[in-house]
Order: sequence, then C-alpha cells, then structure tokens
Amino acid sequence: MTAGTADLAGRNRRRRRNTPYLLLLPGLGFLALFFVLPMLFLASNSLQTGNIYDGYALTWHWHTYVQVFSDYHQQFIRSFEYAGMATVAALAIAYPLAYVIAFKSGRFKNLLLVLVVAPFFVSFLVRTLAWQSILADDGYIADGLRTLHILSSGGRLINTPFAVVCGLTYNFLPFMTLPLYASLEKIDVRLISAAADLYAGPATAFRKVTFPLSLPGVVAGTLLTFIPAAGDFVNVEFLGDPLHQMIGNVIEKRFLVQTDYPAASALSVLLMAAIIVLVIIYTRRAGTEEIV
Amino acid sequence: MPESIDLAAGSDPASHDLRIVDLTKRFGPATAVDDISLTVPAGSFFALLGPSGCGKTTTLRMVAGLEDPTAGAIYLGDEDVTYRKPYKRPVNTVFQNYALFPHLDVFDNVAFGLRRRGIRGVDKQVTEMLELVELAGYGGRKPAQLSGGQQQRVALARALINRPQVLLLDEPLGALDLKLRRQMQLELKRIQTEVGITFVHVTHDQEEAMTMADTIAVMNGGKVEQLGAPEDLYENPCTVFVANFLGQSNLLTASVTGQSGDDLLLDVAGNRLTMPAQRRGTGSDRLYVGIRPEKIRLRHGDDAVEAGGAERNEVSGVITDSSFTGVSTQYLVRTAWGQELMVYAPNLEHDGRLRPGASVVLSWNPAHTFGLEATGDLNAGLQEDVLEVASAAAGS
Repeated sequence: MTAGTADLAGRNRRRRRNTPYLLLLPGLGFLALFFVLPMLFLASNSLQTGNIYDGYALTWHWHTYVQVFSDYHQQFIRSFEYAGMATVAALAIAYPLAYVIAFKSGRFKNLLLVLVVAPFFVSFLVRTLAWQSILADDGYIADGLRTLHILSSGGRLINTPFAVVCGLTYNFLPFMTLPLYASLEKIDVRLISAAADLYAGPATAFRKVTFPLSLPGVVAGTLLTFIPAAGDFVNVEFLGDPLHQMIGNVIEKRFLVQTDYPAASALSVLLMAAIIVLVIIYTRRAGTEEIV
Repeated sequence: MPESIDLAAGSDPASHDLRIVDLTKRFGPATAVDDISLTVPAGSFFALLGPSGCGKTTTLRMVAGLEDPTAGAIYLGDEDVTYRKPYKRPVNTVFQNYALFPHLDVFDNVAFGLRRRGIRGVDKQVTEMLELVELAGYGGRKPAQLSGGQQQRVALARALINRPQVLLLDEPLGALDLKLRRQMQLELKRIQTEVGITFVHVTHDQEEAMTMADTIAVMNGGKVEQLGAPEDLYENPCTVFVANFLGQSNLLTASVTGQSGDDLLLDVAGNRLTMPAQRRGTGSDRLYVGIRPEKIRLRHGDDAVEAGGAERNEVSGVITDSSFTGVSTQYLVRTAWGQELMVYAPNLEHDGRLRPGASVVLSWNPAHTFGLEATGDLNAGLQEDVLEVASAAAGS
C-alpha cells in the first residue's frame, strides 16, 4: 500500500466519522438562527431601559424582573391553573377516545384518526370564535343549563374562566389524543390476554398493564397540551373576561399595545423558566426515563 | 380485587381431569375446531400435535377461556368451565411469544398471578419458582434484558407459580433455536414430573411431542385424527395423515390375496408380501400398507439372500438418491413400479456399492408392516419440505 492510498483511506474514514455532524448542520443552523438568536435578543431586551421613541439601551436593569413578577404573579398562577385544568380535562376526554380508536374501532380506525385532526383544517381563530357562539348567552347550552337550573337565570358561560378552560381543552385536544393513541396502539393485546389468564379482571388488567404501558403517551400528551396552553392568549381574548387574564394576554399587551419591550421580554423569559422547571419536576415524578 | 379460587388439589386425582366434550369453534364460515372430544387425565403431559391451522391453538385458547366455543363444553373435574372468564379459571398459559409484561421486572412478572389473587408475602414462593426454572438472582431484571430461553423460563414460572389445575403451553419452544429447544424439552419434562401438574402442550413439532408427552392427540382439519401414547401412534398409525405426519412412512397400495394362519397375503404391483392379519386396519381388500424407513434393511442386488430372508418381505429397486446425515444414511429407492421408497440405514458398516444407480433389495420384517384404509391422498400429512425433496429426487 502506498502512502497515497493510505492517506485516501484515512480521509475516507474521517469523512465517514464526520457524516453525522454534517447531517446535523441544517437543523443546528436553523435552531441557531431562529431560536438561540431570538432568545438572546429577548434576554437582552429584558435588561434594557428606554422607550420606543428614544430607543432602548442595555443597562442591565434587573429590577424589571422584580417589577413584573410582583405586578403579574397572579396572572402567572392563573395561567398554570387554567392550563392544568385544561390538561386534566383533555386527558379525561382523550384517553377513552384514544383507547377506543386503538383497540375497538376496527375498520373505522383511520377515519376516526382523520376526524381527530380534522379541526386543524380550520384556523385556530375561527375555531375559538365558534366557541363564542356555542357558549353564548342565548345559545342552546346556556339556555339548557338555565332550564335545568344548573345555571342561575342571570348566569352566563361566555366570558368566564369556564369558557376559557373549555376553549383551551378543545384547542389542544388533538395534541393529547395523538400521543396517547400512538402509545396505546403499540401495546401488544396478547399482554392483556396474559393478564386475564393471570387472574386480572378487566379493570385490574387495565390498571396493572394497559395504563402503565401507555404512560409515555400520557406524559407526552400532557406536556404537549400544558406547555402551549400555559402561554395561550387567544382563548382569554375571545372567551374570557378582562379581569381574569392569563400571562399570555399581559405579554401580548405589553409588546403590541404598550410597546414596553423590556417588561414584555422579562415576562416571556419568566414564563419560559417557570414552564421548564414545572416540566422537569413533572417528568422526574413520572419517571419517564424508565418507561420510555 | 382478589378472586378466591380453589386451587387445592383434591385427594382423588381423577376429579381434576380436563374433559373436552363435542367442542366446536367457528370463525364466520370457517370451522377451526370441529366437534372434538378429549379427556386429559390429571397429572399427565398431553400434547396437541398438528400442522398450522389444524385447530390446536384455538382448542387451547378455549380451555384458557380466551375464546368462547361455538358449541360443546369444557369440564375441569366435575365443574363446567365452558363460559367462565379466563381470570376465574384455575388454568394458566405459557404464551407462544411469552407475553411477558415489559414494564415489570422478572420478580413482578412471576408474582403477578399470586398478587391478583390477593396473596401477600410472595417473596418465598417467587424465589423458589425462579430456582425451579434456574433463574435464581434474575428477579430484578426486565424481560428485555433476558435471552429468548430465559424469557421462556420466566413465562413458565409466571404460569406455574399459580399451581393451576392445568398448565397450557402454546408452542412454548417455537422461538428458540434447535439446541436450546432440545434442552428445554427435557427441562419442561423434568419440571412437569416435579410439580405433577397437568400439562397440555400445543406443538407442530412431532419430535417435540414424542419426546415430552405421555399422550398425543394428532389433530388435522379441526378434528382429532388419532390419540394415544407416542410409541403406539408411531407403530400403529390409524390414518394416512398420522402415518405421514408422525415420523415418515412408505405407503404402498396393496390388495389382499388370501390368508395363511395369522398372516395376510398381499400383492403389491406383483410383489408378494405378508403382514400380520391383526394389523390390517381395514375390512377392505384394497388397502395401503405402510413401513417405516428405519425398519427397512438395504442390501446390494448382487448379494445372496441372508439367513432367514425367506420370511422377510422383499422388494427390489434402484437407488436414486442418498444423503449422509451422520447417524444414518437416507436413501431414496425407486421400485419397479416407479414409486420412491425411503430407507434410513444406520451407519454401522458402510457398503461403498450403495450409491445412486445401484440395484438393491429392500427387506423388512412382516410384523413391522401396518395396514391403512386406502382412502384419501397418499401424501396427506407430509410436510412441504419432505414433498419437495421427494419430487426433486424423482425429477433428477
């Protein structure tokens, strides 16, 4: 073997070793340009002072964080409450739905899956607006509840926290259903037969075998619902009332109406940090490392 | 919710026989199990043997309660369990793919059945059971961390620990390689003898069934073709299917020409053969006579008749193929009437002249001949690969 071919072989080996990194480049580039860079902008914005007319200057003004937290901690808490309720409601609706699609739907399986994602063909805004008429004061549901005396004669559904949670639940339901379906569908039905053979009745078999095996789907679904729901502002905008705003509404107003970029940026950074902390606690508790 | 199930073995073992009465299962227009009746004596090792699609697994699933019969009944002792839910039957299954719970470790898998029945303090029992299947110390592992053979043992332990009245095994060794399979066959037999529980074993491997079972039911097309001890089935098959499926057989079309004492005189394409009259197997004068390949002795056509040869059945032919398998050499011999007969000759002394093309004489003890009713396909029950070898050899 000559020195030339040895050199070539070495270069080939190096190239092969580098291939995975080369394949990563487009994705990394995209993330750097559209995630890391904006994040840095956001972080630097949050530490600036000034106004839209005179311009902003980076003054490392940490006090903005203290200020926005003391002003808006209520909205933070409310956002997580609403998102939490919507996540629980979506799980309660999506689990049976995904279970039926995965195990009991036979030849209708694909049709049902299409129906689950069908709402995506309509714009997010239009779907939320539709809930305005569903829950309207003179709508069938409000009328019906008043007739049944569940709702007082002057009571309303629209512009209440209830309406906001309904909207959040509805809008993020497919994000809950699809991961649940994926993990339920993967379960070998012979395991359920085996549980029955080993003295587990249907309820016990579900509790001991089906549900634990679907946990990865539960974790994925709840995260995909909770995270966007916590930052949402559209549902409050259309279905809620101004006194019960979520943190998303505050950020939106600060950015677009008051053009108070430092405060809006600080709120965004805080929201993100809070969500990251919650997600870490949650996944630790759920023990996903072992399940997935 | 613990189920209380009486698993205490009664004093009278006959009270725990598994009885299947007129059992039928239809899936739409297809009949998977066609009116079968069986009794599996308590404590025996019973095999349901047959090709895929013969209804053996469906029968097993009905006994387990995982499938409802279309008609018929299943009794455990005197109890009718036909429509009882699987989780209320004192029956456990070792599934074909093991079906171990992937989210539970070996210990929890094995303890599953006991805990569902509300039994506390299962540590000792689980440890003992893991020792029985030679997996002591593996309790903390997940099924995915075990080899196929180890998973198979866990599946066995998980079922056995419940001390079922009947243990069902659905092709439990199908996924193992040949050597491990042989080892596990002996292992299963040892464990069955040790625990004394009734084993019902479903398999398509006739050698596996013969190695392990006390009694074999050979199934075909949803029916039981023949039931008996392995030796009995092998020596005295009642149907062409059994003769071909359980081991191999050379089947010749014969007609009865007379009887001399206890011997039946036969004519096979001009050759005079005899067989014991009691093994005739049919009232008809036209019948199939069968002879197992290892019972035939092969000698070169030039050699003199051996001592006592006058009483042996003899047929002459030409070797068309031979293959050396180590223990024996398998020959295909074409007879004068064009049929290929199979001969397994033990490799004692090697006769170099016995090569393809050589003229040979086949001889066998008439007492080893069995008779079958001459109905149906001569090839019924032959495995595909055997047919292929035969036709390839015939073509060459």
